[in-house]
Order: sequence, then structure tokens, then C-alpha cells
Amino acid sequence: MTRAPLLEIEDLRVSFATPTGPVEVVKGLSLTLGREERLGIVGESGSGKSMTGRSILRLIRAPGRQTAKTLRFDGLDLMAQGNRQMRAIRGARISMIMQDPKFSLHPVMTIGQQIAEALRVHEKLPRRDLNARVIEMLTSVRINDPERVAKMYPHEVSGGMGQRVMIAMMLIPRPQLLIADEPTSALDVSVQAQVLDLIQELVTGNGMGLILISHDLNLVSRYCDRIVVMNGGEVVETCAARDLHEATHPYTRGLLAAQPRMQETRATLPVLDRTEGAGT
Amino acid sequence: MSTPAISLQDLDISYGDTKVVRGATFDVARGESFALVGESGSGKSTVLKAIAGLAPEWTGEISVLGKPRGHGTDRAFSEVCQMVFQDPYASLHPRKTVDTVLSEPLAIHGIGNRGARVVEMLGAVGLDRRFRFRFPHQLSGGQRQRVAIARALMLEPQVMLLDEPTSALDVSVQAEILNLLKRLRREQGLTYLMVTHNLPVVSFMCDRMAVMNKGRIVEIAPKTALYDGSFADPYTRDLYAASGGNPDADPAVAAALKTKDTA
Repeated sequence: MTRAPLLEIEDLRVSFATPTGPVEVVKGLSLTLGREERLGIVGESGSGKSMTGRSILRLIRAPGRQTAKTLRFDGLDLMAQGNRQMRAIRGARISMIMQDPKFSLHPVMTIGQQIAEALRVHEKLPRRDLNARVIEMLTSVRINDPERVAKMYPHEVSGGMGQRVMIAMMLIPRPQLLIADEPTSALDVSVQAQVLDLIQELVTGNGMGLILISHDLNLVSRYCDRIVVMNGGEVVETCAARDLHEATHPYTRGLLAAQPRMQETRATLPVLDRTEGAGT
Repeated sequence: MSTPAISLQDLDISYGDTKVVRGATFDVARGESFALVGESGSGKSTVLKAIAGLAPEWTGEISVLGKPRGHGTDRAFSEVCQMVFQDPYASLHPRKTVDTVLSEPLAIHGIGNRGARVVEMLGAVGLDRRFRFRFPHQLSGGQRQRVAIARALMLEPQVMLLDEPTSALDVSVQAEILNLLKRLRREQGLTYLMVTHNLPVVSFMCDRMAVMNKGRIVEIAPKTALYDGSFADPYTRDLYAASGGNPDADPAVAAALKTKDTA
């Protein structure tokens, strides 16, 4: 079976111990991701979307606990891998782009060093080839004058450029699956489009799978094939991106309606009913 | 015509040797809701800071409700003009309760009957009375932003400066805060000057907008321009397109934007 899905998750649960007993933040999530498929996970803060992304890389730290009936990546049972084996997978075969380049880049290493490190950990290469790959990668994320930028430190570049550096770092070992956790929420609208287009292009060009995690429904529907909507640790709805506006679940409808539109005529925005929660 | 609520004439603002805003000129009428839009670094927040007195190195003219503003802090000014900041996680003092935060402006300005005013204001911003003696860490993001708005309203100002009041919040919470701001403006006849980079929010909240790029105002347009994208300036059109303004032309526009580098 060569066309098995790239990623299969069945009954994924993540819980944290609290003084009043364990709290489940992901409650029995199941999904599959095909090869070269682009999946969007959407939800509000606290819906468990980031935890889902992290648990695919087994990055839930104690006291958090993660269990799953199946967590299979490319035929490999991730739940059965030890720490050392996971380390060989992280970055090399599955990589993750975090939210804010300001906090995710090493402040006292040059950009070139950091990108080279990502590659060196997983591949043995002569230094000259290493440098050539770094420059090539920086060029492919559309950084002008890559030789100069490689010698710069993270504080010397703008947010959009920092995020492109992150993308370069994540993609240089040529992973099969890219998880992007709110890759653009720290960026301006105009830069957002550039960064997402870039991710899009590199993902499709290299036959990677993509999981895009975001709270922005419209954004995700523009860049993904399929959308999973999460609320309170559960998947409430799965639909094709182009059918998002025909979504049926009240929560999804609520989220869509709560967003102001460019051609806004409503006097007030409908809000989600929060009677069971504490309210805002 | 009555005097405008806010009037800026040839406003230049600098931080040290760097000039960040050049020649900003616009008027906001009383009762109007006016937006300043642009990317980060375009100087839009700096304009608000200068009006609020937090960026004192400016030249030109700022007047609020017909009174020219000086460079220092000004007690009379605080009574007519207040600011709400972007991040409610950062703008509230972590060791002061909601009650202390809301009473402080009253104490400074020597206004009595504080307890009753605090309770009334909590009601106005849609917070239950039980929140009165809580600390910020015991509140959600939306609740904190309500407290920040309440604090700004304590002195019953006529002009509110809003610096991205919802950008740190979730979509559904954003909707609640935007509704709240809209209702308060209607009920109390407030004037809003709001900084945002989110054009749909402008469409919901504001009557007119000024678009800023690299420290200059490139265009002042009515909100109706958002309906059909009829902007005069090429930069504004790019911004409109990047915000998903014209759904038919999405990929093409994105491709056009790609050619510009942020470096």
C-alpha cells in the first residue's frame, strides 16, 4: 500500500493534571491527512488546536499527558518511538513553524548559523555544501541578498523577514509534513499574504503535507483543501475549504458571523452564546 | 460648522533623531468614528500617542475640541480625551484590582462617590459586579479589555483614542468588544479615533479612514470605499487586496504583492 495517508490520528487525547483532577484539552480527536493535502485547523484560544499540532510531534511536556489509539506518520507509529527516535523525526521529517519569529529565533546566533544548524543535525555535509544550501534556501524564501542576511542577527530583520527565515530553517531538511501554528498572526496583513503564498508554493512544489493552525477562518479557507473546526478540545466540523460558507455546525456559523466583513452593513455583530462558560 | 473634535495640522513626530510621522493633517468631527490604518511601522500608533501626550517630540498643531494641546501632561486634557491600548494583558497593572484601577482616575481628579461610579461603569461595559475586586490575571482577555475601556471612560471623556483595541482577542470576543464600543459611542455621543490594520473592522466601526504608509497619510477615504475598493492611492489598493478585499482577484493580487520585499 503505497498511497496510505501521510498522517493518521485516532482518538488523540491530551490532558493536564490540576489540583482538581486532570483536565482534557484535546478530547478524542481523529483525523487523517493525505499526501500533499493541506489541512486547516481552526478554533479560538483554548480550543486545543495548538496542542493537537504539538502532540503530532510528541511535544507535550510533563505534567501534560498524551494518549492516542493511533498516531501514525507515513506508516510509522509515533506513539511507540522513544525520545531519541523522535528527535530524528522532528525537523527532518515533520517540522513546525511557530507563531512569533521574535521568540523562536536564537537571539545571539546569526541567521546563517541557525539555518545551517537545522541541516547539520540531520545530515552530514561538507561545510561548503552546507553554506551553499543555506544561501539557496534563503533565496527560495525570497530574501534579497542572502549572503548579507545570513550574517545578520534576528533583531536586525523585520517580522516578515524573520518569519521567512523560520520557514527556511524548517524546510531546509526537506520534511514531508509541515505544521504551521499561526505562522502569520504576528505579521501585518500585507506581509501575511506573502508569507502564506510562500509556504503554499514550497509545500506544493516539494510534495509536502501541510497542517495550518489558525484562528482566522477566512485565511485558512484560502490556503487549505480541507478544514477542521475545533471547540473545547473536540472537532465540531470538518468540511472542504470551498464549502466553508455552507458550514452547518452552529459554532462554525457563529464564528463566521462574528467576523466583520469588508462590506459591513450590520449594526451589531452576532456573538456566540457563552452561557455554559464564564463569559468574556 | 462646529469645531472638530480632533484637529491635526502638519504634525511631525520624532523619536530621537528619527522622524516617524511627517505632515499628518486631518480633522475628526464631533461624534465621528475615524480610523487610521496602515502596516506596522507606518506611524499610526505614534499619532495616537502624540495626541495622548505619550510621544512629546512633535511639531505642528494638535487641538482637541478646539483647544490646542501642549507638549506636557495636562489634567484638563485627560478629562476630555482618553486612550485604550492594544494589549489588555499589558495595559492593566497586575497587582491592582479592577476596583483600584477604575477608582484611580477619579481619585486623581478629585471626584467623589467613587464606589457607585465604579459599579455603574462595570455595568456599562457589560461586566458583572463580582469582577470588581478581582485582579487582571483572574480575567479573560475580553474581560480585561472591558476593564481597560471602563478605565478610559471613568472621567466621562468625549474623545476616545483606540489603539488596535481588538487585535489581541479572538474573533468571537472581538465581536463583543466591537459591539460594546459601538453601543458606548451611540449612548454617550463619543468621538473615536481608532488605529487598526483590520479593514473589515473599519467597515464595521468607522465612518472615514486615513491610510498611512511610511509616516505619511497617503489617502483619506470614506468607509464606502471599502465596499467597492474605490481607492485613489496604489498603496491603499494593495492593502485592500491583501485584506481579501476583492475575492475574485485573490491569487493575482497576492502575486503582485510578492514582488515587494519587506526588507
